[in-house]
Amino acid sequence: MQRLGVFVCHCGSNIAATVDVSKVAEMALKEPGVVHAEDYQYMCSEAGQAKIAEAIKEKNLTGIVVCSCSPRMHEATFRNAAERAGLNPYMVEIANIREHCSWIHKDMKEATEKAVILMRAAIAKVNLNTPLQPGESRVTKRALVIGGGIAGIQTALDIADAGYEVDIVEKTPSIGGRMSQLDKTFPTLDCSACILTPKMVEAAAHEKIQIYTYSEVENVSGFVGDFTVDIRKKARHVDMDKCTGCGLCQEKCPSKKTANEFNRGLNTRSAIYTPFAQAIPNVPVIDCDSCIKFKTGKCGICAKVCQAGAIDYEQQDEIVTQKYGAIVVATGFDTIHLDQYDEYAYSQSKDVITSLELERVMNAAGPTHGHLERLSDGKAPKEMVFIQCVGSRCSDDRGKPYCSKICCMYTAKHAMLIRDKYPDVNVTVFYIDVRTPGKNFDEFYRRAVEQYGVNYIKGQVGKVIPQPNGKLLVQGADLLDNKQILKEADMVVLATAIEPNPDVRKIATMLTASIDTNNFLTEAHAKLRPVESPTAGIFLSGVCQGPKDIPETVAQAGAAAVKAIGLLAKDKLMTNPCTAKSDQLLCNGCSTCANVCPYGAITYEDVEVNDHGIREVRRIAEVNNALCQGCGACTVACPSGAMDLQGFSNRQIIAEVDAICR
Amino acid sequence: MQELVNRAKELLADGTVARVLGWKVGDLPYNPEPAYFENAESLADFVYNGFCGANLSKYMIEASKLEGKTLVFLKPCDTYSFNQLLKEHRVDREKAYIVGVGCKGKLDIEKIRTMGIKGIESIEGAELSDAAEELKIQTIYGEKTCAYKDAMLERCHVCKGKEHQVYDELIGESKETKDADRFAEIERIEAMSPEEKFAFFQNELSKCIRCNACRNVCPACSCRKCVFDSAKFDSEQKANADTFEEKMFHIIRAFHVAGRCTDCGECSRVCPQGIPLHLFNRKFIKDIDELYGEYQAGEDTESKAPLTNFTFDDAEPSIVGKRG
Amino acid sequence: MSIENKEFKPKIVAFCCNWCSYAGADLAGSSRLAYPADVKIIRVPCSCRVNPMFILRAFEKGADGVIMCGCHPGDCHYSTGNYYARRRMTLLFSMLDYIGVENGRTRVEWVSAAEGVKFSDTMNSFVEKIYSLGENVRLGDLRCKN
Repeated sequence: MQRLGVFVCHCGSNIAATVDVSKVAEMALKEPGVVHAEDYQYMCSEAGQAKIAEAIKEKNLTGIVVCSCSPRMHEATFRNAAERAGLNPYMVEIANIREHCSWIHKDMKEATEKAVILMRAAIAKVNLNTPLQPGESRVTKRALVIGGGIAGIQTALDIADAGYEVDIVEKTPSIGGRMSQLDKTFPTLDCSACILTPKMVEAAAHEKIQIYTYSEVENVSGFVGDFTVDIRKKARHVDMDKCTGCGLCQEKCPSKKTANEFNRGLNTRSAIYTPFAQAIPNVPVIDCDSCIKFKTGKCGICAKVCQAGAIDYEQQDEIVTQKYGAIVVATGFDTIHLDQYDEYAYSQSKDVITSLELERVMNAAGPTHGHLERLSDGKAPKEMVFIQCVGSRCSDDRGKPYCSKICCMYTAKHAMLIRDKYPDVNVTVFYIDVRTPGKNFDEFYRRAVEQYGVNYIKGQVGKVIPQPNGKLLVQGADLLDNKQILKEADMVVLATAIEPNPDVRKIATMLTASIDTNNFLTEAHAKLRPVESPTAGIFLSGVCQGPKDIPETVAQAGAAAVKAIGLLAKDKLMTNPCTAKSDQLLCNGCSTCANVCPYGAITYEDVEVNDHGIREVRRIAEVNNALCQGCGACTVACPSGAMDLQGFSNRQIIAEVDAICR
Repeated sequence: MQELVNRAKELLADGTVARVLGWKVGDLPYNPEPAYFENAESLADFVYNGFCGANLSKYMIEASKLEGKTLVFLKPCDTYSFNQLLKEHRVDREKAYIVGVGCKGKLDIEKIRTMGIKGIESIEGAELSDAAEELKIQTIYGEKTCAYKDAMLERCHVCKGKEHQVYDELIGESKETKDADRFAEIERIEAMSPEEKFAFFQNELSKCIRCNACRNVCPACSCRKCVFDSAKFDSEQKANADTFEEKMFHIIRAFHVAGRCTDCGECSRVCPQGIPLHLFNRKFIKDIDELYGEYQAGEDTESKAPLTNFTFDDAEPSIVGKRG
Repeated sequence: MSIENKEFKPKIVAFCCNWCSYAGADLAGSSRLAYPADVKIIRVPCSCRVNPMFILRAFEKGADGVIMCGCHPGDCHYSTGNYYARRRMTLLFSMLDYIGVENGRTRVEWVSAAEGVKFSDTMNSFVEKIYSLGENVRLGDLRCKN
């Protein structure tokens, strides 16, 4: 018979205001096996934990129930407290009487009754608990960073500087990401490439960093400390070792009509290409969909002109399999498609562009060589209109419900740069709110208004109508003056909402990392663990977790790196002891459990068993505790009930069911 | 039948098999029972006729542990069960010498009795060599006849076919006996109101005496120790004490073999209370076919069972309410 | 929510997976999104840990409704657990429906850790359904009743 202690937390007034905590403690004493019960203001405090320790020692408790907040919050705290007092930490159960009770019920009587039932269920369970010992698993001292934008580069640099091997996997032919497409950065207006390129070079040159560009993560197996990842190195058709990056192949390539992704499709590129001048590696790839050689078999000019003999039409995709201890996701973002926002005439006029397209227009390496001009006729604009929140803060399902966070600032930046370089151009910004929290951000916005005379109008634009004269008629509203506005513009720039990279869903599934309704990766805790995924060993860097600007991204990248380093610094990890276990006398060796195990943790062995005097060799399931993650799929698949989950056994769960239905 | 006996003797004599698993004559003309035959002499008691419904595949679990091979006679539908056991590593293919025997439909003594034929002394026309058109039954009240078809087990009216799924050799002709829709009765019940469904099953299941015959005969229910025997789920109970148990027992029984049940119909055949237990198993089969694609347990030994398989687009559980 | 039968206090068992739905319930709590106290949550590591026998056990012991919540398909912490759970529950619920147990007494909902609102809405609508169905008499163990 267990000797149980029950500890009821007031959580200040969080629990005590709606649950009669002393009554819960009093009722606990009536349960079989309970020899101690008390309530206290803050069980998680040092004094509260001391009370638990004292009771364990004094009353020789064999198990405890803490009626408090969610086990997701303080289960570890109370387990540690129990362990320090000499009790096996897995002899602790939590009754969640805060999140699941006091916070959602108003009636004291009702909430107290429920708290008592939740307590009884926890007592019923702990009665059947058995002491468990965690095992150990090794840590592979190598990290994988998925995504080679500024987030991925910074994370990789920080991890590598701490002395650990890091691999960056980047889908496109070069690292650099979105930041490489930007012209200037707010609020300092420094040139984006000038601050990014050194980081790219540093990453490429770092002896601890291996970069896989034009590569994708194909498969992930394993678990924290011991992931196995298959990386598909897509065929570049250019030998990385031979290519000198002279660029002659691109110059001579006769197929030059492919939309240039780097310039957001505003101009074209050759079939063999490096996305931009500072690309790392400076080795082109052949886009097989555009290449004449691949489409028709004829051509081969690039191979002929290449002095280094680097062109290899026969090159095949290659799969690299590598082990990692930690994985950082830094998959970044893209702008949303504007199909749902045709009122802004994006599909109808070349002079309606997104802000990211404007970045390319303003950039010296862009389609207009940095001259601000209309893409339809090359004329210099005189009137420019910026429309904010296109697809952001959207209440219907055309756009995104969240604020994209960066648009207010980059629009102020664009407006300021245009007014600075082309003082004769009038700039008007239609906005819902101007949001500028951040160091030197509001000052920056005010400079745009006060110093550069940018015309900010609070109000939304209903429609943009292309006119026969080539101009764009903008129909908007001024909410402060309460009047309709009709404005003829030469160019309209849409502050298009950002969304997570569409590939992130596939990657999240491979990593079993959870994702929210907007496809942003979920943090382990919104406030306290913002750079960790709930899945152990997976960390989040940059916009894949939520909209953020460059300084925030870099800060988070560093934080994710620190978390990964903290993991890699360990030689061994304690494994979860709540794993499946097969009862040799009940197992029939039918293989059903192995068929549902996602970790390949179950194998079969011929074991000699002694079944009540019958000695025979039987095919028995064996669980590898280092691989088993404790999901329990096998326990239900097992027809005889031989497979059970430690810590969540059949009898424990049934005891909880019985206690609730009592 | 003599052909089977002769072949068994040959295989025993040349040492291919150490024993024969078949049916021997019972104390009444219509109740032969499964039996091992260790030598040629004992085969004098061997019988194979229309009343040999018993599926011998499950006996091969124990036979697989014995020294030497066992000759086992399997009807076409029994071979599905054998395959399923093979897939679950419960029997050893190397320990079995399978003689696939012909089948012209198996008989249900209860159906004959229901026709008012009582006091049976002997039955003619049930041998494999017969045409299986008519049964001549000698009773203490004189000779009676009935159409073979009318005396067949329900399962034979929805026969899976004449083909043996696994065998070493085949002896004897089989006959196509399928003349009914396998799921017709399930559909009839599905169309009932919840009250009618409840009343129907309450009526049927209230007859259950928890003798465990259905469980013990079932070739899919092959665990050494069943959940109904172990303390793991607090489900070890024997007596049929109230309305819950009969329902829960049969739901759990059927669920545990869902996706593994070959629909051999043994549960219904052996039920002393005449409960149509196959209606539970077949409901699962129908749902699996409809929701996850046609699946016949025991058709092969490689395919993934429906409950250890999935697709991303599987139906949501709410489909149960939507199907009406 | 309309509660016609004030005397009837249903017993409702909710199995929630640790990673998504239990966290969703926590979020409902910290967001103070109320749902009736009739719902009692049992934490399981994954929806695939829920044995149909647990659900039958709950009904046997007098539960009036049983709901199971897990991660959305594709988002299972263990990759594939909820897919198996989905098939198991579909077949079990279909069987219960087949023997005449009202379909509304069983439900599966996928609730992520971010969906506190969905958790609370789900529980409110499920409890309302159980009130409308009344006491479970078709699966209960009569020995447990007075």
